[in-house]
Amino acid sequence: MFLLEVRNLTKRFGGVVAVDSLSFSVSAGETVSIIGPNGAGKTTVFDLITGFHDATAGEIIFGGSNLVGKKSHQISKAGIGRTFQLVKPLRGLSVFENVLVGAFAQTGDRDEARRIADDILEFTDLSSLRDSQADGLPIGLRKRLELARSLATGPKLILLDEVMSGLNPSESKQAIELIKRLRDERGISAVAGVEHVMQVVMSISDRVIVLNHGKKLAEGRPEEVASNPEVVAAYLGKPD
Amino acid sequence: MRRRLYLSTLAIFLLAAPFMFTARYSQHVLILVLLYVALGSAWNILGGFAGQLSLGHAAFFGIGAYSAAVIASKTGLSPWWGIIAGPIVVLPIALVVGWICFRLRGPYFTLATIAVGEVVRLVALNWSELTGGAVGVVIRPSGFSGTSKVPCYYIVLVVAVATVGLCQLISRSKLGYYLMAIREDQETAESIGVDTTKYKLIALAISASLTAVAGAFYANYFLFVDPTIVLPLALSVEIVLMAIVGGLGTVAGPVLGAVLLKLSSEIFRNEFAQANLLIYGALLILIILFMPDGLTGGFRRVAGLFGRKPRRVSA
Repeated sequence: MFLLEVRNLTKRFGGVVAVDSLSFSVSAGETVSIIGPNGAGKTTVFDLITGFHDATAGEIIFGGSNLVGKKSHQISKAGIGRTFQLVKPLRGLSVFENVLVGAFAQTGDRDEARRIADDILEFTDLSSLRDSQADGLPIGLRKRLELARSLATGPKLILLDEVMSGLNPSESKQAIELIKRLRDERGISAVAGVEHVMQVVMSISDRVIVLNHGKKLAEGRPEEVASNPEVVAAYLGKPD
Repeated sequence: MRRRLYLSTLAIFLLAAPFMFTARYSQHVLILVLLYVALGSAWNILGGFAGQLSLGHAAFFGIGAYSAAVIASKTGLSPWWGIIAGPIVVLPIALVVGWICFRLRGPYFTLATIAVGEVVRLVALNWSELTGGAVGVVIRPSGFSGTSKVPCYYIVLVVAVATVGLCQLISRSKLGYYLMAIREDQETAESIGVDTTKYKLIALAISASLTAVAGAFYANYFLFVDPTIVLPLALSVEIVLMAIVGGLGTVAGPVLGAVLLKLSSEIFRNEFAQANLLIYGALLILIILFMPDGLTGGFRRVAGLFGRKPRRVSA
């Protein structure tokens, strides 16, 4: 029984096929990376799963029910969290309030929501910035806030769009550490979208899916995928 | 502790005000200020918290006012029933308006609300059998609306305090945070489980109903309604000004804005005769130039200059 099962998912924008009959699955507690060059369709896949775009065809089964046609907030309520490639902090609110809004998905009680928010700030190591304004944070922390806000809704699966882009090496290391702890400490499945073949990202992944031109090019254990000639060709071009 | 002291001082002042200011004109100004405190605060729930800038709130005010007037003229009941009937009439209209207009975002939503305001004004102007058309409706005084202004003062005080109190409750609740999330970014809000359409409709419903209550009070106080008085675009703009000048999305903002703008507009009218609007305009420009976040934002910055830790207001 898979937590998430995507079957023949297709999305056309006019004549452009952004996602082409894609199928994959994620089990509970699994960390999966979707890698692929810029324009491969990673963000579109996330937008389809979270209801920001309507699928042209295909099914998205999560926890036994089809998500196609559901609204974004319903999908969030069903247990899928997400972050955005271009981070979207709630600018006028503090770090704590950003996470608090997420926590209200789990409870209507203010004190309970505050407790959840503080717990998540602790888990994501943002407690020291609790009262800072969200729009003043550097990119690395804004990405982490994005993750924290999503975590506060209590997801079973979290989709991380371009987790690594724009991060410096030490920030990347922290981000990877955090993704690992999602699985190990909280049992939350994650699908991480990553543009480049980064050994570090692959190292924490149970499975890697390679997308190119909206199609699945390869899938497998990280070391298998990294040595797959077709994957290398997709990134570097074919030798003549 | 200090906050409690301020609040009790304010409460005593508000309760004693009609006896400190016994002139009928002063009491009239106090009533106007409180009416606009209620209107600015009610608008702020939708415009400030949820960030949906409505320029059509005169429609809800006018419908509230006409509810009171029509009840009195058609049924012979006391026009005070309008305070209950106003929101009941407004609520379905607001929900239909919201259901249509919330498909639009930003300036398009604002333009649509202007259209709503104009449509309601034109309906009131032309539906003569019900509204008296351009002639308007004269209301026979009933109950408290006699010669003394004091009863009306206490009624509008209750309306204003209840509206501000509700804003305070909302600002600290799940509803308030959801509205602020919608204001900041609707996509983010959706991604963390906020049903943006539903919560915008809730904000509009509360905001419009409270505005209708204020409108019904107005009809009882002035005992006359016609479309140019209770339904003009200028009224919608004036309501928005209270909140913007005071500080959008803060509980104290519309209160401070209404006190400053209503008091100064009355003072200027008496002191500068024909030039009063010129001076009023200059005051607005100065506030916008030097306090772009409104009075609450300006006060916070000044407090910051003197080294006091500024109290954060969710804005």
